[in-house]
Amino acid sequence: MTRIKAPGLFFALAFAGLAMFSGSGAVSAQTIKIGVVSTFSGPAANFGEYSVKAMQLYEKLHASELPAGVKIELLVRDDGGPNPDKAKQLAQELIVRDKVQILAGAGFTPNAMAIAPLATQAKTPFLILNAGASVVTTKSPYIARFSFTMAQSAAPLGSWAAKKYKTAFTLVADYGPGVDSETAFTSAYSASGGTIVGSVRVPPMTLEYAPFLQRVKDAKPDVLMVFVPAGKTATGLMKGFVDLGLKDAGIKLVGPGDIVPDEELANMDDGAIGVTTVYHYSAWADRPANKAFVEAWQKEYGTSTQTNTFAVSGWDAMDAIFQIIKAGNGVVDGDKAMEVLKSYKDANSPRGAISIDPETRDIVQNEYLREVRKVDGKLENIELETIATALKDPVKDQMKK
Amino acid sequence: MNPVSDLAASLISIGFYGISYAMILYVISVGLSITMGMMGFVNLAHGVFAMAGGFVLSICLARYGIPFPLALAAAFLSVSVASVALERGLYARFYGAGELTQVLFSIGLIYVAIALARLEFGTQAAPIMLPDYLKGQVKILGHDFPTYRLFVIVFGFAIAFALWIAIEKTRFGAFVRAAVDNRAMAQSIGIDTRRLFTLTFALGSGMAALGGALGADVLAPQWNYPLEHLVYFLIVVSVGGFGSLHGPFVAALLIGIADTLGKYWFPEFGAFLIYAATIGLLLWRPHGLFGACS
Repeated sequence: MTRIKAPGLFFALAFAGLAMFSGSGAVSAQTIKIGVVSTFSGPAANFGEYSVKAMQLYEKLHASELPAGVKIELLVRDDGGPNPDKAKQLAQELIVRDKVQILAGAGFTPNAMAIAPLATQAKTPFLILNAGASVVTTKSPYIARFSFTMAQSAAPLGSWAAKKYKTAFTLVADYGPGVDSETAFTSAYSASGGTIVGSVRVPPMTLEYAPFLQRVKDAKPDVLMVFVPAGKTATGLMKGFVDLGLKDAGIKLVGPGDIVPDEELANMDDGAIGVTTVYHYSAWADRPANKAFVEAWQKEYGTSTQTNTFAVSGWDAMDAIFQIIKAGNGVVDGDKAMEVLKSYKDANSPRGAISIDPETRDIVQNEYLREVRKVDGKLENIELETIATALKDPVKDQMKK
Repeated sequence: MNPVSDLAASLISIGFYGISYAMILYVISVGLSITMGMMGFVNLAHGVFAMAGGFVLSICLARYGIPFPLALAAAFLSVSVASVALERGLYARFYGAGELTQVLFSIGLIYVAIALARLEFGTQAAPIMLPDYLKGQVKILGHDFPTYRLFVIVFGFAIAFALWIAIEKTRFGAFVRAAVDNRAMAQSIGIDTRRLFTLTFALGSGMAALGGALGADVLAPQWNYPLEHLVYFLIVVSVGGFGSLHGPFVAALLIGIADTLGKYWFPEFGAFLIYAATIGLLLWRPHGLFGACS
């Protein structure tokens, strides 16, 4: 027995030392817990992956700006796609069990809507990183959006297209954001004097677009507005557009930036050249803030990976979270945090100047007209002009009138 | 152009796309039909081999600049060889097992495969760089057809013909047919069914890889491929009937063309038509169009 005692004592001492060490740390250190509920598996796995990578990168580069002793802990949860029940359950666990002080995420609109009431009850600020339906921010006073709304890109696109093309056809994925962009484009295009000659809604995860595109070809429009979920669906559409001869027939392809995602461009071939889109971000924008962002990203994650809309949402949201923490000097209070978010401004985001509209807590940002071009043998989304400056969500503006 | 000839032109174009889609489905599914019919093995993980074929093609083309035909051959061969190891090491243990065990095993295999694919290739689709001679369009009788799709159709028919020769006219084919019809009898007259299974499994997996590679430009190789397209492979096999060669061929043509036409005429319901047609067909013929009535 005595032989065991000696090492036992040694361990006990070591333990005590460790406890003292971590104990002394705990007195001054304060950990801010941030729960991220987004999609990390399934066809939309990019949504969460890029956002969280950007958040971690921001945290790493700016850690010294936090008040002394304050640390950030990200608790990342996978909702697997548009699963409102799952998202709600995960958010609930994060709030009740893990006691997170801030929520972020929501790749999909239905998931954001499901989490909204929880954010209200718990008075937990909830930063939207993707979900793009206009209605989202109205569902809780604790929601602030750092991504975009579908109408923000589709409405300026419609007005722009009407000036150049007389007839248009719309092809959108048959779910919330698709319908939103169809509506916004159609009303802006018609209001500016264009004629819609046809529209079709397709299942969101379609890969083979030939039958739908044949309808478009039959209708012979001047311009085709498309919204399909970013990813291989967009690649499939682009291939069909070229293969079926729509490009040769002189039909112009336009849409929100989702149809030529920055991270997917490498997979599209030259058929995508000339596609014109409106979006709030391009990985190739030559703003200094974006160049610095891209450089930091590629240094951390490799030059073969691109920044994209999910990344810039995560980056800006983390910037806002840092401001909340700094304003509260390491203490996060839900209502005070919302005050910080409502007056949030960043003149120097990678996507240009952005702010949060204090009335709607929705993002206010520039929209850029971009064209796919080949630069040094690679396809890039080149920003041609700023088509709208400090644009609020057009749908909410409409609702007020 | 008058409306009638416009409609005709559209229908020709749609039919063409339907057939090329059908050929991809056929080449991938025919192996599943044979292995299911012969070994009675419910191998839901068949799509894993198709995905592997697509990835091999992508790596060959994009990373090593291997010519397209050689890359197709590489996809077929590498996956065939790998599948022999899987068959000997894993599948063979479940030959006598019940269907539930086999289904659970092969679903488990799917999840392992997609996790590995995601680890290795990430969440984005693998790039497919087609050679220039397969890009662009070919003019036939006044219609423009995409060269790649035309190649897929010609290739699909050639494969169907080659398989027909192999199964109907060769000694190996006679063994396979015998084993499909009555495994116990085939064994008792001296056919080494164990070896035959391995060979057939390798052939079937190789065909899946070939189909996956051939169709990679339409069905992009991506980590969740085996689950995403599983339903279509199963529809082709069950509508065609297990263990039949021409069954999947006819079924794939039916499914491919019906799916494409349905989406063209009724875009809002197009995605459902194919399932309704499958239910109807199977109610009418529970063993598929050409399945042996057991």
